[in-house]
Amino acid sequence: MAVPPFESWLRPGPSGLYCAPGDFFIDPAGPAPRAIITHGHSDHARPGHAAVLATADTLAIMRLRLGELGQTQALAYGEPLTVKDVTVTLVPAGHILGSAQIVIDYQGQRAVISGDYKRHADPTCDPFEPVPCHLFVTEATFGLPVYRHEPDTAEVRKLLASLRDFPERTHQIGVYGLGKCQRLIRLIRQAGYDRPIWLHGALRSMTDYYVSRGFDLGAVPDATDAPDRLAGEIVLSPPSALGDRWSRRFADPLPGFASGWMRIRGRVRQRGVELPLIISDHCDWPELIRTVTETGAAEVWVTHGREEALVHELGKRQIVARALRLVGREDDAE
Amino acid sequence: MKAFSQLLDRLTYTPARNAKLMLMRNYFLATPDPDRGYALAALTDGLPIEVPLRRVLAEIGGSRFDPALFRMSRDDVGDTAETVALIWPVTQAQGDAPRLPEIVAAVARAGRGGHAALLTQWLDRLDATGRWALLKFLSGAPRVGVSARLAKQAVADAFGHSIGDIEELWHGITPPYTELFAWLEGKALRPPPAATPVFRPMMLAHALEEPDWQAMNPGDFAAEWKWDGIRIQVAARGGATRLFSRTGDDIGQAFPELVDHFRFDAVLDGELLVVRNGGAASFQDLQQRLNRKTVTRAMLTRYPAHVRFYDALEIGAEDLRGLPFTARRERLEAWRRQVDPAHSDLSELLTFAGKEELKARWEAARGEGIEGLMLKRRTSPYLAGRPKGHWYKWKRAALTADCVLLYAQKGSGKRSSFYSDYTFGAWTRKDGQPVLVPVGKAYSGFTDEELARLDRFVRQNTIDRFGPVRSVMPKLVLEIAFDAIQPSTRHKSGIAMRFPRVSRIRWDKPAKEADTLETLKGLITSVS
Repeated sequence: MAVPPFESWLRPGPSGLYCAPGDFFIDPAGPAPRAIITHGHSDHARPGHAAVLATADTLAIMRLRLGELGQTQALAYGEPLTVKDVTVTLVPAGHILGSAQIVIDYQGQRAVISGDYKRHADPTCDPFEPVPCHLFVTEATFGLPVYRHEPDTAEVRKLLASLRDFPERTHQIGVYGLGKCQRLIRLIRQAGYDRPIWLHGALRSMTDYYVSRGFDLGAVPDATDAPDRLAGEIVLSPPSALGDRWSRRFADPLPGFASGWMRIRGRVRQRGVELPLIISDHCDWPELIRTVTETGAAEVWVTHGREEALVHELGKRQIVARALRLVGREDDAE
Repeated sequence: MKAFSQLLDRLTYTPARNAKLMLMRNYFLATPDPDRGYALAALTDGLPIEVPLRRVLAEIGGSRFDPALFRMSRDDVGDTAETVALIWPVTQAQGDAPRLPEIVAAVARAGRGGHAALLTQWLDRLDATGRWALLKFLSGAPRVGVSARLAKQAVADAFGHSIGDIEELWHGITPPYTELFAWLEGKALRPPPAATPVFRPMMLAHALEEPDWQAMNPGDFAAEWKWDGIRIQVAARGGATRLFSRTGDDIGQAFPELVDHFRFDAVLDGELLVVRNGGAASFQDLQQRLNRKTVTRAMLTRYPAHVRFYDALEIGAEDLRGLPFTARRERLEAWRRQVDPAHSDLSELLTFAGKEELKARWEAARGEGIEGLMLKRRTSPYLAGRPKGHWYKWKRAALTADCVLLYAQKGSGKRSSFYSDYTFGAWTRKDGQPVLVPVGKAYSGFTDEELARLDRFVRQNTIDRFGPVRSVMPKLVLEIAFDAIQPSTRHKSGIAMRFPRVSRIRWDKPAKEADTLETLKGLITSVS
């Protein structure tokens, strides 16, 4: 029996990937009748869908961020679900709490839409599980060989060393509010630091959600409730609050930023960061290549990021790769 | 290498001077000889090695990474050396990270053909930060936001000495400066004074403030014109001549005609100028001669260099620095009657009967195209640094113009949350319509309270953003003070302001009453 090409049933379009035999979109850019959502980051989980399928954590995160969602269905990791003519299974993606790869089986062919993912161990989510497949759809946020993330424990040691060197300065670290923030707090706790870690208000609801899900983050009070200027203390805030009016309340704030982009000195300087922490929720280059290879996929689609280099590299390895250039993905939010 | 690469890495991210000093102090105290000496050489641009990095990297790159991936990465990173450091594949490292003395010795031994093999082997043994630091080190000038003087200051601080102590020795010692560190640690005698001419720390002036003027007894002071060139120390001894900038950098290479003619035995203080037909040309003309490695014959003719001497630190074997100013001046004049080298003259001492006459001369400075007056206490010895109460610079009164705030950008360091850098404009006409054209940028002149209010104004009146720059509603008038206006082909307005700063914020004044570009052009200083 002839195998239908992937494009005939999994179609990249302006509003995202559409699975025709299952009649659903994956991470659509605008309101859709039926959507499967890989994870709760706002460039993947958008409002206005009539029906949403995702992990229970992703649905909870979406409710906290977007309000009521319409019709929802929670699906646990590893439980196959028949959706019209296809079977859908969610598998941990290792990106943030609740993040999932979407595994779609159709007529003996298997496609895996990995969403955003990483291979580095993360104490705040289930680890990525490679799934053998025919088509692997991947991101390429850090799809250049210059991106190799350092071990996150070494980066946290840098932060603690800086606190010792500059005890008179508030260490204000920019973090993305969902995932990075809570992971960094756990890493700091694992390094033995038990003082309060002060939070910007924008990080509150997601952090409280992680705590309600059983993650021990220690004392995480609001920075605006601090009794003094927090010299020598750690404050976490969204990156946009670095060097902004909000930071004036602190003692000579030392701006840090936890992101895979901190690998590149130009980007560190551009943001006025003094303490770059290379901690990423995405794969670095070796992890991307390793993951694609492990899935055994003969065909690879690259959704967003630095796709040109990845397509080039996979081509050298006899893997057919194409760039989808999906709109609406914000890789700078990492 | 590990300690050195961590030092360079942290210096690049640390903007505050004191924090930089702390990082360097800790390094010089904790690192053994001769490693720290080579690090000091790198930070003072005095490393005695030369590797054609660009060519060597091109030679070895292809063997270690895919050229297409390298090109794409280079576009993303923006810097070739950093890209090489990051893209370099992880290998089973053979041996420990190389030490700085090992690197310097091996580079010196290897001929031009040997550099690629050496570099490959070292890059294999280092981590990403180490590879980046190695390439910075071999480039000769790491450019990590540290001046040579700041590095010397850190060494002085680390061992409880003054930077003057180090400056005096500096040109007599060479990397890895083991005799310097031995002396600083009290393990050896002070290195002997160099046989070659060395830099003597300069005496600097304070700006004259109103209370200084009120308290001043004019009879105690000598007056000279304040020349608009750059401060220079001419040190000539034993047939060798050096020209030092105020930071102790030797800039003689750019001024061969001076080095050739200054064959005497003295250390003199003066102003480096471009002089045509006896008259000092503009600072812009002098800039044509600065920071050049080679000088063409045409430049020597078009921009003839000249030194106007005003003080003598040493003449012959005699150190004059302990003598009062008037005595040193007499010695300088006597020396000149004897030696009189070409391309030089003396800065005239101005005569004045009393305070009023002195003030009249100051007021006349602008008309004569001169920057202002220098007032020097007659009894002062020549003191290193900026001692209080001895020398004053009395700049001519600033010019002012009312300009309109057009763009704002955040500052750095303590000002990183404030829009503190302002681009302002003046009115001109385009197609018959009045338009504002940018004429300058100012970063200073306001108090912290005024800055907070300006910051609020910028945020509330932003009409557009271009990256970090905010375009604001053109409605706030800033009174800008500046020292001079010069014609400029580099600016769209056709003019360039010297030392613009905000003198007043005219919250009261409507933008349409601000000055015109034509008015500003009328202030262009005519220079010889």
